[in-house]
Amino acid sequence: MQPMRTHRGQVIPLDRANVDTDQIIPKQFLKRIERTGYGPFLFNDWRYDAAGNPTPDFVLNQEPYKHGSILLAGKNFGCGSSREHAAWALTNYGVLVVIAPSFADIFHGNAANNGLLTVALPESVINELFAKVAAKPNYELTVNVENLTISDDSGWSTSFPLDSFRQHCLLNGLDQIGITLQKQQFISDYEARVPAY
Amino acid sequence: MTKSSDSAPKSLFDKLWASHVVWHEEPQPALIYIDLHLVHEVTSPQAFEGLRLAGRKVRRPERTFGTIDHNVPTTKAERFNILDPIAAQQINTLRKNCADFGVHLADVGTAEQGVVHVIGPELGLTLPGKTIVCGDSHTSTHGAFGALAFGIGTSEVEHVLATQTLQQKRPKSMLVNVVGDLPKGVTAKDLALGIIHQIGTDGGTGYAIEYAGPAVRALSMEGRMTLCNLAIESGARSGMIAPDETTFAYLKGRTFAPKGEQWEKAVAYWRTLPSDPGAKFDRVVDFNAAALQPWVTWGTSPGMSAPITGSAPRPEDGKDEIEKLAIARALEYMGIASGQALTALSVDRVFVGSCTNGRLEDLRAAARVLKGHKVNPKVQMMVVPGSEIVKKLAENEGLDRIFLEAGAEWREPGCSMCLAMNPDVLKPGERCASTSNRNFEGRQGRGGRTHLVSPEMAAAAAVAGHFTDVRNWDYKE
Repeated sequence: MQPMRTHRGQVIPLDRANVDTDQIIPKQFLKRIERTGYGPFLFNDWRYDAAGNPTPDFVLNQEPYKHGSILLAGKNFGCGSSREHAAWALTNYGVLVVIAPSFADIFHGNAANNGLLTVALPESVINELFAKVAAKPNYELTVNVENLTISDDSGWSTSFPLDSFRQHCLLNGLDQIGITLQKQQFISDYEARVPAY
Repeated sequence: MTKSSDSAPKSLFDKLWASHVVWHEEPQPALIYIDLHLVHEVTSPQAFEGLRLAGRKVRRPERTFGTIDHNVPTTKAERFNILDPIAAQQINTLRKNCADFGVHLADVGTAEQGVVHVIGPELGLTLPGKTIVCGDSHTSTHGAFGALAFGIGTSEVEHVLATQTLQQKRPKSMLVNVVGDLPKGVTAKDLALGIIHQIGTDGGTGYAIEYAGPAVRALSMEGRMTLCNLAIESGARSGMIAPDETTFAYLKGRTFAPKGEQWEKAVAYWRTLPSDPGAKFDRVVDFNAAALQPWVTWGTSPGMSAPITGSAPRPEDGKDEIEKLAIARALEYMGIASGQALTALSVDRVFVGSCTNGRLEDLRAAARVLKGHKVNPKVQMMVVPGSEIVKKLAENEGLDRIFLEAGAEWREPGCSMCLAMNPDVLKPGERCASTSNRNFEGRQGRGGRTHLVSPEMAAAAAVAGHFTDVRNWDYKE
C-alpha cells in the first residue's frame, strides 16, 4: 500500500446518492483474477452505452473532470456488494480520494485497505463543494492527511474526521496482515482456550 | 460505546463480540477471532495470490470452506463445459487454490455445492455463537443462528486466511423490535423490505442489528435467514436473531454440527447467548408487523418500495431536491409512470432463487401458488434451487414437477440471475419479479428492471403476467 501524506487533485463531481458498487464496477468485470487493470471499467454502464461508446453526459467522459483524482459524491457511497474491485477500479483509474456525506461500511474498509482515502463531510459542505466545482470546472483541492484538512487555492478550508489508526496506516502505507502477524502469540493463546464447538 | 461491567445485562451482540476479542488496545481496532471463513470463486483469487506472493499459508484450513456459486451456469449442458473462458478460469483458480492450501471445496457436481449462504447453514457449519465471514455482503444471513456474521472485502479475505482474525472497530448495536404478528400471506421477505423502507438503505450503517419480537420468534429458520440476509440492504454489515428451540431443531444432526456429548455442551452454551433483559442498545427501532402487506420494490434501491396495494411515487413526493431527482431517475430507468399502480406493472421474467429466497421453504411457497396454474405465456420463469441439497429435497417432494408442469424452468444450483454473472441475464428493458436482494440499475443485466418480492408474490406474478396481491390468490390445493 502506498503511503499518503498530502494529495492535490482536480475534483470529479458525481451528484448522485447511494452510488452502489454494482455501478462502480459492474459484475461482468469481476471474473478476472487480478488486482489491477479495472480502471477502464470504472462506472462502465454509466460511462459507456451498450455498444461501448462513451456517453457524453457522464462526468468521466467530460473535460476537464476526466483527469480528476478526487471524487465528490452523494450520501451512502459504496453501498451494496462487498466487491473490493470497486476500490481497485477507483484507484486503478487514478481516484485517490472520495469525498461524500457518508460511506457504506464494507466499502469504507475496502478503501482503507487500498490506500483510498474516504473523507466524510456534512451534507451542507458537500453541497458547497458541488457549487464550487460547478463555478470552476478545473477546481482543485488539497487533502492533508497529517493535519486532517482539506483546502483550495482561494483560502477555503475545512477539517475532516479520520480514525487515528487509519490515519497512521495511511501515512505509513502499512500492511494490516503484517501488523496482525506481530500478535501471533495472542491468536495462539486464544485458539488454545476456546472450546471445540 | 461505554464499557459495561461484567454484571451489566448484555446483548447477544455484546456476548458474541466479547467472546471473540483476541487483542485490543485503544485507539487501534480490536483483533477478533474468526471461527468460520467461507470462500467462493469471485472474491478470493487475489487473496490467495497475496498469500503466495508473501510466502504465507492458510492458518486454519479446517475453519475455511469453499464453494463455487457466483459464476456457475445453471443449465446441465453448460455446467461442466463453461463457455465463458474467464469464468472458467476463475472457477479453476479456486479449485487450484483450495487444493494447494488444503481447503475443503464443495465443488460443482458434488452433493454439497450451492450458494455459500445456503450451504453453510444446511451443512451445519453455521452455528450459534460463531463469528462467520465471507467475501460477500450477504454473509449477514448466518446471523439468523445467533452468529456474528458479516461480509468482507478481498484484502480482509487474505487477512483471515493468513491470521484467522480480522482487525475490526466495534460496531454500534441496534435492536429492531418487531411488534405484532405477520398477517396471512405476508412473509419474512416482506418484513425485511418493510424494515428497509422504514429505516432506509443507510439506516443500519455502522450498526450490528438484532431482530427481536414475537413475529421474529415465529419465523422458521428459512424466514430468519431471509430477514438477516437483507440486513446489509439497510446498511448493517450484520443482522442477528437469538438462537432458540427452532434454531437447535434445525441444526441437530446436520453434517458438521456437533454430535453426542459435544452437542449437549454446545446447546447449553447457546442457551446463554440471547440478550439479557435490560441489555442496552445504541438504537432501538420499533416495527409494526401487523400492518404489513406483501411488498414490492418499484425503484433502483431496495428502499424504494411500496405495498402491493400502493403505487410508485411521483417525483414531487420527494422530501428534498436530491430525493425528487432520485425518484425521477429511478422511474425513468424502471420505465414506470409517475404514480403508477404496482398491480398495473406487467412482468417479462420471474426469478425464484438466491441466498435470499432459494431455500426449500421458498420453493414450497412458490410451488403452492403455481400448483394447478400455468405461467403466463408472455413470461419466462426460472426456479433456481439454492443448493444441491435443496434441489434434491425439492425433487423428493415433487416440487420440480409442479414448476415444470406450470411452464417454469427448473435449474441447477447457483447464484444465477441474482447478480447475473453467469449466463442468466435480463435483456435491456425486461421487467423481472425477483426473489433476490438487489434492484440496482443493471444488477440482473444491463437495462434490466428488477422488482424485489417474496417467492409467493413472484409466482403469482408469473401466472397473472403482472404484479398481483397474493393474499387474494386462488390456491388449488
